[in-house]
Amino acid sequence: MIQKDLHLREDVFEGKEKAPTRNGFGKGVVEAGRADARVVVLSADLAESTRADAFQKEFPERFVEVGVAEQNMATVASGMAAYGKIPFITSYATFSPGRNWEQIRTTIALNNVPVKICGMHAGLLTGPDGATHQALEDIALVRAMPNMIVISPCDAEEGRKAALAAAKNGLPTYLRFARDKTPVMTTPETPFEIGKAQVFWKSKNPKVAVFATGPLVYNALLAARELEEKGIGTAVVNVHTIKPLDRETIVSLARETGSAVTVEEHQITGGLGGAIAELLARECPTPIEFVGIEDKFGQSGEPKELVEYYGLGVSHIVAAIKRAAKRRG
Amino acid sequence: MTIIDEDVRRIKLLANSIRQTIVRMLAAAGSGHTAGPLGMSDIFAALYFHVLKHDPKNPNWPERDRLFLSNGHIAPVLYASMAHSGYFPVEECLTLRKFGSRLQGHPERELLPGLESTSGPLGSGISQAAGYAYAARMDGKDFRVYVATSDGEHDEGNSWEGAMFAAAKKLGNLTQIIDRNFIQIDGNTEDVMPLEPFGDKYRAFGWHVIDIDGNNIRQFVLACEEAKTVTDKPTLIHALTVPGKGIKSIEHDYLWHGKPPSKEEEVVFLKELSLAREELLETIK
Repeated sequence: MIQKDLHLREDVFEGKEKAPTRNGFGKGVVEAGRADARVVVLSADLAESTRADAFQKEFPERFVEVGVAEQNMATVASGMAAYGKIPFITSYATFSPGRNWEQIRTTIALNNVPVKICGMHAGLLTGPDGATHQALEDIALVRAMPNMIVISPCDAEEGRKAALAAAKNGLPTYLRFARDKTPVMTTPETPFEIGKAQVFWKSKNPKVAVFATGPLVYNALLAARELEEKGIGTAVVNVHTIKPLDRETIVSLARETGSAVTVEEHQITGGLGGAIAELLARECPTPIEFVGIEDKFGQSGEPKELVEYYGLGVSHIVAAIKRAAKRRG
Repeated sequence: MTIIDEDVRRIKLLANSIRQTIVRMLAAAGSGHTAGPLGMSDIFAALYFHVLKHDPKNPNWPERDRLFLSNGHIAPVLYASMAHSGYFPVEECLTLRKFGSRLQGHPERELLPGLESTSGPLGSGISQAAGYAYAARMDGKDFRVYVATSDGEHDEGNSWEGAMFAAAKKLGNLTQIIDRNFIQIDGNTEDVMPLEPFGDKYRAFGWHVIDIDGNNIRQFVLACEEAKTVTDKPTLIHALTVPGKGIKSIEHDYLWHGKPPSKEEEVVFLKELSLAREELLETIK
């Protein structure tokens, strides 16, 4: 059942309220800008699409247009952060941190300055734009960098809070956002703390821990509800922070349930699946089933079609949970 | 700030000391780049002992001028200049590239007070300095931002992205000093990937360009002065330098871009530099 203490929407399963996580970013970064004059936003010719335009409208003097130049955007932001600003750099995740990875590595992560890399159009939810614009490797890229915090919000409301929290953490941080509208599960009252995973759902006697990130958390919840009705209990965890992982929550749930499923809209290699597998292999060896992209590129299509085609739908998560339950020691 | 003959002589002597330290530290390290640091010693001596507003005893002084080194591989000239001006003991230079040293093979900001950035991977310094200058101007700061770059790193697109950005934002508080020595690791720049007409490219990009002999201290100091008078454009000091300057046998030889002197060469090089120092002292008398 839904865990009450997190104040999720009461109508969460109706999926009425939908918004892209990038909208949450747009709101959150404006709020961060109001709270702290050091916040600046950089855009690489995608202000409307990344929702950076809201900040541009309210704080034109703190908005920096760099043109179609993501390497320049990262390095200009590095300089601004070294000075004392809190720069949010906005583009599509395939370009930032894709194209400008080395600039981020050297001038932001190794240099250890608090630039916030906001990767939009992450995952298959990018839809019709096709494989070139669907970032399925961004988490792996940033997760391998020392000093980097990695956040993947599950809905627009959490996206807003993530932007606000990132503005305050004083660290190099990656924020992952999606293009398409997805159900809003959380409310303004839902707590958000970087590095603290949240158990959204927990059955009595759960047999499988489902670790999900991004908008697919919703699919994981639907799968959990369906299985509970059939007598298979699960716990569904919203792993919004992929680095640092919430070791305590993840390991204790793996121990309690005895099997795990990871769910993400990203390559399993280097993504949440990889991260959870690394952690559990060390601390609590557990059978794991992975729902994610299996070493493939995306393609054009409607987000719903793509989610089904690449095996990330509710039925796929249900099947993975059943497989995991069978593998329990 | 003007410059009188006495200043020039003093800075020449300091440049000679910096060159001797560079030779010693590279020989001790057993790896590293020689030509660039020797070629830029006159400019770095002038920066640290005349041009920059800075305080070695208070490296985080908020009003200091900022110097970014983009081509981090010439770190020996930066470290030697910092040491001679009092940031840390000159003898620490001999720890260059060694385990546990603050003097990493390429500069790391977090390890050594006085560094403005971590650098080495080429082409990113102009943008970092421009971002810094942009942020400083937002807050009405009046210190200057300098960035030392190399010609070879202008093969990188990021350099030109930064150049466009700095001109577009009219960063009059930014001065770039290009070490135009015509060499890179694989050969002469005009053979590897031609950059000429280099100064005109920057003029076309909207920069104020000042052409100088990069081993002429007076010309360099005056160029820094001129840059301060141009408030609506970034300035490029287009410094034609002699790579390996001070050691006749290696000057202009691209093979010395990325290797250090051996222990035997160290002795020979130091002797040549000591003789030059004596000649300098003679002229002062």
